[in-house]
Amino acid sequence: MNRVEGGDKVTGRARYAYEYPAADVAYVHPIQSAIARGRIRSVDASEALVMPGVLAVLSSAEPPPLGSREDPELALFQTDQVAYHGQLVAAVVATTLETARDAAERAVRITYDAEPHDVLLRADHPGLYTPKTVLPDFPAVSELGDVEAALADAAVVVDATYTTPTMHNNPMEPHATMAVWEEDGGLTLYDATQGATADRDSIAKVLGLPPDQVRVVAPHVGGGFGCKGTTRPNAILAALAARAAGRPVKVALTRQQMFDVTGYRTPTIQRVRLGADAQNRLTAISHEVVEQSSTLVEFGEPTALPTRVMYAAAARRTAHRLARLDVPTPSWMRAPGECPGMFALESAMDELAIAGGIDPIMLRVLNEPATDPESGLPFSSRHLITCLREGARRFGWERRDPEPGIRLDGRWLTGTGVASSTYPANRQPSSASATVEDDQFLVRIAAADIGTGARTVLTRIAAEALGAPAERVRVEVGDSALPKASLAGGSMGTASWGSAVVRACEALLKNGDRGTADTTADVEADSGFSRHAFGAQFAEVHVDIDTGEIRVPRLLGVFAAGRILDETLARSQFIGAMTMGLGMALMEETVVDEESGGFLNHDLAQYHVAACADVRDIEAVWIEEEDPYLNPMGSKGIGEIGIVGTAAAVANAVHHATGRRIRDLPVTPAKLLG
Amino acid sequence: MRPFAYARASDARDAVERFGPGAMYLGGGTNLVDLMRLGVAEPESLVDVARLPYDAIDGDGDGLRIGSAVRNSDLAAHPVVRERYPMLARAVLSGASGQVRNMATVGGNLLQRTRCPYFQDVSKPCNKRRPASGCPAIEGDHSNLAVLGHSGQCVATHPSDMAVALAALDARVRVTGPDGDRTVPIPGLHRLPGDDPSRDTVLRPGELITGVDLPPPPAGASKYRKVRERASFAFALVSIAAVLEVADGVVRDCRLALGGVAHAPWRAEIAEAELRGVRAGEEEFARAAEAELSRARPLPRNAYKVPLARNLIVRTLQELVT
Repeated sequence: MNRVEGGDKVTGRARYAYEYPAADVAYVHPIQSAIARGRIRSVDASEALVMPGVLAVLSSAEPPPLGSREDPELALFQTDQVAYHGQLVAAVVATTLETARDAAERAVRITYDAEPHDVLLRADHPGLYTPKTVLPDFPAVSELGDVEAALADAAVVVDATYTTPTMHNNPMEPHATMAVWEEDGGLTLYDATQGATADRDSIAKVLGLPPDQVRVVAPHVGGGFGCKGTTRPNAILAALAARAAGRPVKVALTRQQMFDVTGYRTPTIQRVRLGADAQNRLTAISHEVVEQSSTLVEFGEPTALPTRVMYAAAARRTAHRLARLDVPTPSWMRAPGECPGMFALESAMDELAIAGGIDPIMLRVLNEPATDPESGLPFSSRHLITCLREGARRFGWERRDPEPGIRLDGRWLTGTGVASSTYPANRQPSSASATVEDDQFLVRIAAADIGTGARTVLTRIAAEALGAPAERVRVEVGDSALPKASLAGGSMGTASWGSAVVRACEALLKNGDRGTADTTADVEADSGFSRHAFGAQFAEVHVDIDTGEIRVPRLLGVFAAGRILDETLARSQFIGAMTMGLGMALMEETVVDEESGGFLNHDLAQYHVAACADVRDIEAVWIEEEDPYLNPMGSKGIGEIGIVGTAAAVANAVHHATGRRIRDLPVTPAKLLG
Repeated sequence: MRPFAYARASDARDAVERFGPGAMYLGGGTNLVDLMRLGVAEPESLVDVARLPYDAIDGDGDGLRIGSAVRNSDLAAHPVVRERYPMLARAVLSGASGQVRNMATVGGNLLQRTRCPYFQDVSKPCNKRRPASGCPAIEGDHSNLAVLGHSGQCVATHPSDMAVALAALDARVRVTGPDGDRTVPIPGLHRLPGDDPSRDTVLRPGELITGVDLPPPPAGASKYRKVRERASFAFALVSIAAVLEVADGVVRDCRLALGGVAHAPWRAEIAEAELRGVRAGEEEFARAAEAELSRARPLPRNAYKVPLARNLIVRTLQELVT
């Protein structure tokens, strides 16, 4: 089955937030802070306000009324305090985009009282502290047994520190909003969001409106990877600007602005210590993470979380500490926590395998836990070993010579690496309705299709639940006026929405013409099992001995993620995530400019994501898992597990190829030559 | 973007006459328009020269005359270029993306400006953009900036791949301007930063590149090789254009130009001089590379470029022998 919205997309009929028409629409260009810390002394908008076409200038000189300042990233223009370089401190509304931008750049004069800033994360930062929880609500520290004693007694020990840089989501569609205030006082926002319901609720709260006065429309969204998972300043800015200008307005952040105000993956410094006995059985696992948040909001990325579910060992410790720096608040980027965390853990497992003289797959097989190693709960299903073995078979692992740095093919050193993947399989409450109209089944749910094919998979799920051909099912998503739904995030979208759709369709079959469902009670009953998807990633790399150039001719991912509901969509998700993981391994890094306190390489020419030429033979396959403890479809989320472990597999392969262990992402020619 | 006047020149004389204070010539716009959007370039008027009749490539049996308005894609695809100057075709194809190459012109490519991140961000000081404002790259992130020929004022690199190949091919640039016509050899077109990094080239105000003259292809084998982190659509960490003529195992002639290491395509004249008349072997290549790079003054974050350039010189020359 092809994507149901495919025709609309390839013909350009599909509308994105910025593309909706509106009469007398005006345009907004935000102004960003030129300092990283301090306060705004003055805002002089007089010159801008007399420019032809300028309708309004927003700033803290006249703070617009808001309903809530609880989220300082969204409480625009409420204070003269500056918390980071690039923070939105003012905005110009004008009849044309060019006028708005011109006025913003040269006619609004802002002066600051700057204070010294601190933007560099260090393992010895004096401000480091242990937060109560990391996302979403896990204890920051977990400890079982005596790790130090177990390490002291271990036959083999790995003690290494791994670092990952700041990274940015770069969806094709920028963060964009059109805001229209209706005559009855209601607000309609066409907003690029990963969840219309949550976006509506958050916007209503910030503006002090009842949620039913706000409608968020987002039928098509050009990618998110997490950065559109929470309401971003562009949405609030559009609403405030439309109110100030008395007409609809459009805001689209520039690529450069997106780097500052739409979230990023925190840099991490991760010390991993593994201890094993003479038989290579893990006796101690310690994973200690240092990461950052802003002075505005505490965001604790759950980097050591995957270590809590991965391997058996009696003594175990995971801990997160944060430094609150003069930086924007980090946010979600595809598999927050699992992705950087598993780079460290799976690199360390590779190092332990070498230290213990054992094949890295055998090491993982030996240390497979019978139950969730920290909670003690049974796994609803766990087929990591099957994935590793199936991947080894397909990849030709048995022919591998473990010796590093010895295979030369022309001027290329070659090597292979493996790493495990894991990601939780959760779901959240959602609602849906199903009706019959004009001989068609019509299913409604405020789900988000951010390019994943959510509409299509929900159509399949509904058709199966109804026992009807998919051609007779139409699914409406992407509008907060539809039954409320959870976010496209945390790999929970399909599981959450699909559960509601199945129940609504079942209710329709029972009632005859209409069915509704709310899965809140079902989801609350989800307990008693540890639910996770697992996978194994294999990489072959070639490293040029003269230049340090790294090419990845082969990537293979084998995943166990419950029942795969749509093979085409699943493959796209897996190989897309693996490609993003390849970029993380070799090139993605946002450079912090210590002097200004901002980000330096804030466009797609300077911030490199993997391009087509970097992707050679990339293959994703899966094991059909039957897991009755998940949801009515028997599925696990697939949006994120594909990126988890890719970077470690590549870095492990680079070690196998060159004998060089790069513990600091990305792995670049400069590091291999240095 | 600041409002600007726009005029399409009808011929070269018209273009030069329209060029007044605050004017800039517009070719394919793939760099200049970006810089205008960023506020880096703020011309008061644009004189569009992309449709002037300089869009032909003419061979006269010896050399090749390439019009300045020839699109990069057309240059790389031209049968004579592909057959007789494959190094140039390879250099052009290694730059940017197909879409950008379809728009970019030969004249504009030579005049594209540095991708130094500080230069491209008007919120930051930059001696090249705003003289005497400072160079934060020297203390900041210079990981892909110059190791040769830079100054205390500027460590920017010239981004063009094509210019590196042209430097090794001893191309000449044809220029017309208020004071008449002249030709400028490459290398020599691009300046080193010295005390005035704001000027990228030796062109005078109002001078317009009308074409590039290539001498007959050099004897010997040639190669362009570009090293970058990403396999496409990335500027060079280091690139090399090399021509090597060997007779009886001895280097008769050699031309080497490096990209990504300096404010200009870097013609490695010291290495060339070391190589002429010596045995064409790895030791000799290494000695020549090291002689050239003894002039390098790497900064803390770009020291890797020195061994990279050395290895690239040695390896490329070895490939040209075998």
